[in-house]
Amino acid sequence: MNPRSVAPAPLDWQAIREQFPILDQEVRPGVRLVYLDSAATSQKPAAVIEAMDHFYRKTNANIHRAVHHLAEEATAEYEQARKRVADFIGAEQPQEIIFTRNTTESINLVMQTWAKANLHSGDTILLTEMEHHSNIVPWQMLASERGLKLEFVPVTEQGQLDYPSLERLLEEKRPGLVALTQMSNVLGTINPVEEIARKAHQAGALVLVDGAQSVPHMAVNVRSLDADFLAFSGHKMCGPTGIGVLYAKRALLEAMPPFLGGGEMIRRVHLRGFEPNEVPHKFEAGTPAIAEAIGLRAAIDFLESVGMGAVHSHEQEIEAYALDRLSEIPGLRVYGPPAEARGGVTSFSMKSAHPHDVAQVLDRYGLAVRAGHHCAMPLHERYGLAATTRASFYLYNTREEVDRLIEALGKVNELFA
Amino acid sequence: MDDLYRELILDRYKNPRMRGTLDPHDISYEDDNPLCGDHLRIDLRLDAEGRIHEAAFSGEGCAISQASADLLTESIVGKSLEEVRKLGKEDILEMLGIELSPVRLKCALLSLKVLKAGAYGLAEAKDLD
Repeated sequence: MNPRSVAPAPLDWQAIREQFPILDQEVRPGVRLVYLDSAATSQKPAAVIEAMDHFYRKTNANIHRAVHHLAEEATAEYEQARKRVADFIGAEQPQEIIFTRNTTESINLVMQTWAKANLHSGDTILLTEMEHHSNIVPWQMLASERGLKLEFVPVTEQGQLDYPSLERLLEEKRPGLVALTQMSNVLGTINPVEEIARKAHQAGALVLVDGAQSVPHMAVNVRSLDADFLAFSGHKMCGPTGIGVLYAKRALLEAMPPFLGGGEMIRRVHLRGFEPNEVPHKFEAGTPAIAEAIGLRAAIDFLESVGMGAVHSHEQEIEAYALDRLSEIPGLRVYGPPAEARGGVTSFSMKSAHPHDVAQVLDRYGLAVRAGHHCAMPLHERYGLAATTRASFYLYNTREEVDRLIEALGKVNELFA
Repeated sequence: MDDLYRELILDRYKNPRMRGTLDPHDISYEDDNPLCGDHLRIDLRLDAEGRIHEAAFSGEGCAISQASADLLTESIVGKSLEEVRKLGKEDILEMLGIELSPVRLKCALLSLKVLKAGAYGLAEAKDLD
């Protein structure tokens, strides 16, 4: 018997928050935790923790080619998790879902297989200035190895993509691939991927969407987007670490050469060579993160019981409130577009103190935020910054927590200004 | 807000004694901590016996890195380069008088790294990375 995710009526945010055991703690005597670092990793509801615990207590076995009872059960659960992911993002079939370790691995998989087979010396890949290093470095590695060119859509001062530049780059450079983030992990900017993908396809490019920040926070449908590839991570969407997803259109997967070689991804091995397995197993070498896939499935169940629409609107409400209150703090600048154009990621700088010092003071008051470049050095360089402080919200954050953030930022100014 | 941001550190951060550049200088070296954006340059002028006659630092960064630079450059005036060579992590921590996590330790040690690399070359400063 599997524990089901228990979610109350979507509007009872306090009850939803209470599903997350880790949030109920003091980080030091009398100082309660305020977790504002979900863009780095999300917290997990009891249902996810229990699903993995249950798996290890009752069902654990290696999967595929199962004959004994436990192995059959484990295989069924793992493949049900695959189907759950497919349904969650609107994929046509579960075979279009490949389990990886995380977004970074998913993007590297595309680079090593599809890109190496299809992009040639002189070809262009179009990225943006707001990309996470995981959606820049693999392409830099490939460009340097194969003589490809990289172009970057600039980011405006308000934190949006420069659309005239995007159009011009598509037309002039004719990229083979356009790879971009759906939601910036620094600026919170939500990019209109559906429209960009349409233009990219018209210009003859395939489209890879970095969904690490978007998939956990809003409804994403790969067929509406007409994305060729979508990458995202389990740990940012209430699931465990160690599991990520690559979605790709079936036809692409059929044509792509394998990624990692070894067990599971083969149909047959002789001393003289091997035949790869069918999709998606062709891309899943070795024993996968079985418990983690099951944890991800429980996370999806949980999120869907709340509703991604509700998750998104709750977050936007908190973000709007935060932006409003942050404007009260002297010398504080938030980067990125207005509330309606962004998700709950809020990076800012303060005149009085360096991001490390801000984060340190906030930690003293129980607030968990992040200081640094957030794996987006080119974006920080664009704004002439070495680092920012970042607070990021998710479905379990509240207005009261925003109030505590504002109070602590006031203390930063008191101390440093 | 006690421990980490004790008065000494905040004072040195807001009112540094040793901020500036030396022109001319005998030794000048700069480096940064790209992960968080601390940048430091240290200039030294030596006397006829090779002792540090004047020192100054410039750059920007977090309170720990800047306070550490201010305290360090102040403490080495009158010292020989040989004495500087013997300075280590413990000396910086004693100077600052606080406990530091590994992340913030890097901020504190940047000034020593710059000083040693300038005085002796990068090989000397490697263990401070």
